[in-house]
Amino acid sequence: MKIDSFRFDKMALTFAMATVLIASACSKKTPIPPPPPPSPAATAPGNTSPTGTKPVVAEFSAEPSNIERGQSAVLRWTVTGANNVAINQGIGTVQASGNRRVLPSDTTSYTLTATGVGGETTATATVTVSGPAPPPPPATNNSARRGTLESRVQADLQDALFDYDSNNIRDDARAALTADAQALKQILADFPNATINVEGHCDERGSAEYNLGLGDRRASAARDFLAQLGVPANRLKTISYGKERPVCTESDESCWQRNRRAHFSVGQ
Amino acid sequence: MKRNSTLKSKLWRWRYFNAAAGAFVLSLALAVTVFAQDITTWINGAGGKPALAVIDFRGSGSQQYMAAFNSTLFNDLQGSGLFDMKPKSMFPLNNPQRPEDLRSSDGGQGFALADWAGAPVNASHLVFGYTAAQNGVLVLYGNVDDTRQQNTQSAQLLASRYTGSLDEAGAIKVAHEFANDIIQKFGGSGSLLGSRIYFVSKRSGADEIWAMDWDGSNQTQLTKLRSLSINPAVSPDGSRLAFTSYARGTPRIMMLDTMTGRPLSFYNQEASLNATPSFSPDGKQIYYASTASGIAQIYVAALDGQGFRRISHRDAIEVEPKVNPKNPSLMLFVGGPGHQQIYQMNTEGVGVERVTNGEGEAANPAWHPDGQHFAFSWTRGYATGNFNIFVMDIGSRQYVQLTHSEGRNENPSWAPDGRHLVFASTRSGKSQIYTMLADGTQVKPLTIQGDNRSPVWGVK
Repeated sequence: MKIDSFRFDKMALTFAMATVLIASACSKKTPIPPPPPPSPAATAPGNTSPTGTKPVVAEFSAEPSNIERGQSAVLRWTVTGANNVAINQGIGTVQASGNRRVLPSDTTSYTLTATGVGGETTATATVTVSGPAPPPPPATNNSARRGTLESRVQADLQDALFDYDSNNIRDDARAALTADAQALKQILADFPNATINVEGHCDERGSAEYNLGLGDRRASAARDFLAQLGVPANRLKTISYGKERPVCTESDESCWQRNRRAHFSVGQ
Repeated sequence: MKRNSTLKSKLWRWRYFNAAAGAFVLSLALAVTVFAQDITTWINGAGGKPALAVIDFRGSGSQQYMAAFNSTLFNDLQGSGLFDMKPKSMFPLNNPQRPEDLRSSDGGQGFALADWAGAPVNASHLVFGYTAAQNGVLVLYGNVDDTRQQNTQSAQLLASRYTGSLDEAGAIKVAHEFANDIIQKFGGSGSLLGSRIYFVSKRSGADEIWAMDWDGSNQTQLTKLRSLSINPAVSPDGSRLAFTSYARGTPRIMMLDTMTGRPLSFYNQEASLNATPSFSPDGKQIYYASTASGIAQIYVAALDGQGFRRISHRDAIEVEPKVNPKNPSLMLFVGGPGHQQIYQMNTEGVGVERVTNGEGEAANPAWHPDGQHFAFSWTRGYATGNFNIFVMDIGSRQYVQLTHSEGRNENPSWAPDGRHLVFASTRSGKSQIYTMLADGTQVKPLTIQGDNRSPVWGVK
């Protein structure tokens, strides 16, 4: 005889119901009391997930919180009482507790959203990203060419020339000293402890003794002219060399003119 | 009519007055000229120089040393600049050796003083004598007689005996002594012996102060500062030397002891330049140029530089103060305005007056011991820079030129004898040091090596 499954299940169920009816019919006198109401929801954290309270974010941190660009940080979180935890910034849904390595290229604030039957709780952790220490401000031209004091004095300062037996600042000397004033201010600023000598020189023709006096006049005239243009006079020192330090020795006007000069050198 | 004649007579009176005044002034000028000594005469020796005839001395037992003796005697006498040395080629045949050899007349043969006084010798004085070997010693008998005296007794000016070792050195020694006595006899004050010349030389690689004997021997380096040491000045007693030094950067005055060479303290006032020092005639003060006021001016101070006082107050460069040895309140200096010239003023800075005439450039005044004359360098008559040595009389302003553009001639300084000058000259190329007589003759080089300049003559 073939009995199909459906018929058999029906038969089992009918038999179970009949048993229950008979049993209950058998104990007729007291009705079964209803089950007791549930106790109020617990507030202490626990493994319990009491219905009606928000999830708790025990921890949400980034370690380290300050990184240099290209480095990574680790986000750690611990959440309870949520049935969904998600972190933004493309991370997405995560487990209730966990950690995740992140590689932000710029300072990023991560928000964790924990959702549970009681509501939603959010927390934030920020990773501050900084680049490498910035370089010093862009160099101005002269600082870049700072060089040595000696090389600056030699390269940047030109002689002022004079007429015979004169300490008058003539036109070409005026131009030379005006350019020298600019260069001097820069040199004196770049080398705050330096003193610059303003030397006075003569050609060979006058007597050695008188030329000491004339050289001093030339040095003073040059120094005074520079001071008028704002070069600090207390950083300049005049020295006369008379005709003792010629730059050439030919006995002709072109050499004599080269020697009749105010010249600059590094002071002690 | 009346008016015309009055006018005419007035005119004549005026002309007469003019003529009289002119004659007066002229005679005054003549009188002044006669009394003031002409500078050329002074240069060549007042009243002319004694004319010496010096025979060739012979030796008995010492003849082999007489060549050295005779050349030493002659050179010393000639080098003094005091005498007109008569050429031996003109001498008569007979040469007296002892006073007893002299006769009242010898017909020009030489044993009479008159034979030497007249032509062709024309000597005012005869130097004669002989040497002999005596007991292993060289003995010199030296005589000087005035040839113009008739009486041989009164003619005798000098008769002395000298001794030395019986060899060439001894002969030279007695010759020096005899010559020195003759020089002293004729009023030659001050000997060159023992005197020293201080100068600047570059031969060690830097400009340093050196010293040498009056004849150029014993050249010694005094400073070793390896910077610039220039403008030496020696004190009147020869014990101190002042100069300009760049050892501390700017030109400052330094002083040293000439005996030990050790530095003596000198206070430099605050200035970009303190230079060209010189000593006062009493040796107790220093005069120098300083730019303390902003331009080179003359100052005076104690020997250690303390107590300095400004003397000149002009808006012109002033350097090289030189106080008159006979008149300590008068000084010369070199200055502007305009091209450098020589000025005088008193030691209070009053009475500034230009002494050179404004031509060319003048420098390096150096007082003669007589306080009346000074030597200096000047470019008068030549291109700028071509200095020559001149001597000028401060009173008359007459001058004589001693060098004539044989190179550049500068920084003259008088010898203690007042008859010689030392100076620097580029006549042989580089600057060297020379001496010469006050008349510009007998120029002798003292240095030949390196670059040498700025000489000053000290008594020691």
